[in-house]
Amino acid sequence: MELQEEILSVLSENARLTIEQISHIVNQPEDKVRETIALLEKKQAIIAYQCVIDWKKIGKQKVRALIDVQVTPQQAHGFDVIAKRIAMYNEVVNVYLMSGAYDLSITLEVDSLEAVGLFVTEKLAPLDFVVNTRTHFILKKYKEADVLLDTDGPDNRLHIAP
Amino acid sequence: MDLESKLSPIVRDMAPSGIRRFFDLVNQIPDAISLGVGEPDFVTPYHIRKTVTDSLEHGPTSYTSNQGLPELLSAVSEYLRKRFDLSYHPETEIITTFGGSEAIDLALRALICPGDEVMVVEPSYVSYEPCVVLAGGIPVPVATHAKEGFKLRVEDLERCVTPKTKALIISFPNNPTGAIMTAEDYTPIVEFVKKHELIVISDEIYAELTYKNKNHVSIASFDGMKDHTILINGFSKSFAMTGWRIGFIAAPEILWRGMLKIHQYTALCAPRMSQIAALEALQNGLQECLNMKQQYDRRRRFVVHSLSEMGLTCMEPEGAFYVFPSITSTGLDAESFAEQLLLEEGVAVVPGGVFGPSGTEHIRCSYATSLERLDEAMKRMKRFVEKKRQTNKEHYLQLG
Ligand SMILES: Cc1ncc(COP(=O)(O)O)c(C=O)c1O
Repeated sequence: MELQEEILSVLSENARLTIEQISHIVNQPEDKVRETIALLEKKQAIIAYQCVIDWKKIGKQKVRALIDVQVTPQQAHGFDVIAKRIAMYNEVVNVYLMSGAYDLSITLEVDSLEAVGLFVTEKLAPLDFVVNTRTHFILKKYKEADVLLDTDGPDNRLHIAP
Repeated sequence: MDLESKLSPIVRDMAPSGIRRFFDLVNQIPDAISLGVGEPDFVTPYHIRKTVTDSLEHGPTSYTSNQGLPELLSAVSEYLRKRFDLSYHPETEIITTFGGSEAIDLALRALICPGDEVMVVEPSYVSYEPCVVLAGGIPVPVATHAKEGFKLRVEDLERCVTPKTKALIISFPNNPTGAIMTAEDYTPIVEFVKKHELIVISDEIYAELTYKNKNHVSIASFDGMKDHTILINGFSKSFAMTGWRIGFIAAPEILWRGMLKIHQYTALCAPRMSQIAALEALQNGLQECLNMKQQYDRRRRFVVHSLSEMGLTCMEPEGAFYVFPSITSTGLDAESFAEQLLLEEGVAVVPGGVFGPSGTEHIRCSYATSLERLDEAMKRMKRFVEKKRQTNKEHYLQLG
């Protein structure tokens, strides 16, 4: 695998690895790894380093909702302009342009169910290009960012095996 | 009644596995990070498990024919042809077994007459020698050497061969050393085997796990070698299927027939569910096998680097999922090293002597463990090695 791809693949599994560790894993000098990562950051192939969190585990219940949004693109507001406008809200974590009956799919993350309602009625619906919305609440998460949740059972293997 | 006296002397006098003592020790330290596990840390790919649960809901649960399901035998034959350039007839040259383990036993029992010598290339998997003894044969260890990267050299074979030698057990990629054999490495071995008319029992259970773009070479693929080879392989390591107990054996028809007799009376057939899993693995699992290999490869590079950084000499393993560094520079023998590392730092490794006399200055570290755990284990090991070197030095200075 090409070095850039290999580094991205390693980082996508664990973004906390140090340059030194990555250099061992991909078998390349540290300087080269550092340079490659800098380049990937610069061209925004690496967009951000984030953490996959199960908030429930510290007793914090974040509410996530997926909202389908139908919009009417107007002369001055192509989909891009509209999507970027919606993306400006802090509580919005994802915005995608979709095929199908609805145009945009947005993911909302807030502290309570009421906050979802408030967002839709007070922030989303009043935008003049928004025609229709449909809200889905996430009830339970099973897999997040490629990681299965609550399956981390003990290592069942014997401690020593030939 | 003296029950001891009822036991067959062969069994009674057989030394318990060296790994057993260590196993008991590790079990007293529940939080230890174990690099002592000789099996994948992955669970069997989901599609394989799903195929079996579906089959269990609808399907037959009866015995299969002795050698196995015809579809599986064909898939194995096809797999051997595609991956390793081998030609085995599905109906008359392949048997599915209870893992590579049963296959080893079948091969030895089918061949050995009392007093026959079997050369066991070591360091190696712990079962070969006892299985030779149980079959009534005499195991003759053939050493491989760290300075040769633990590859098999014909000189070492020449030293050990006698008129009584009937067979030779080899296993590359090797457990515990990680050594592989290239076509070039095999050339003189092939000549030797033909010259002495030996049978090679070739345990190729790690065949899918080779790195650095080096593909596995089967000794059976050399011209004229099929007649000299009993090939053993299985699903435990390549498809993360150790608990299913499924493997296979391939051999020329005459040997096949002999082994099938034993298998039919002692095992009847490999478990049907596991055969179904194996079929799914061969039909749709090769990509996942490659994905796992990629993970092992990353860990391999990481561990090799960490070990050499702490000054433990270690040849770069090119197969399986083990590294086998020498620990002589710490002033400890492998048993003490493993025991003290476990007690002082909570990291379990296996002392190399367990795998044969050529391993006594080494330890086996398995990297079938997550990178996070490997990272922690390497940090602890580094601290341990530095401490031992310091103690060693002080001791030396005092003597000085
Ligand atoms: C070299 C070698 N052969 C055979 C086996 C046994 O494999 P199976 O699970 O197929 O019986 C092992 C397991 O550790 C092994 O390392």
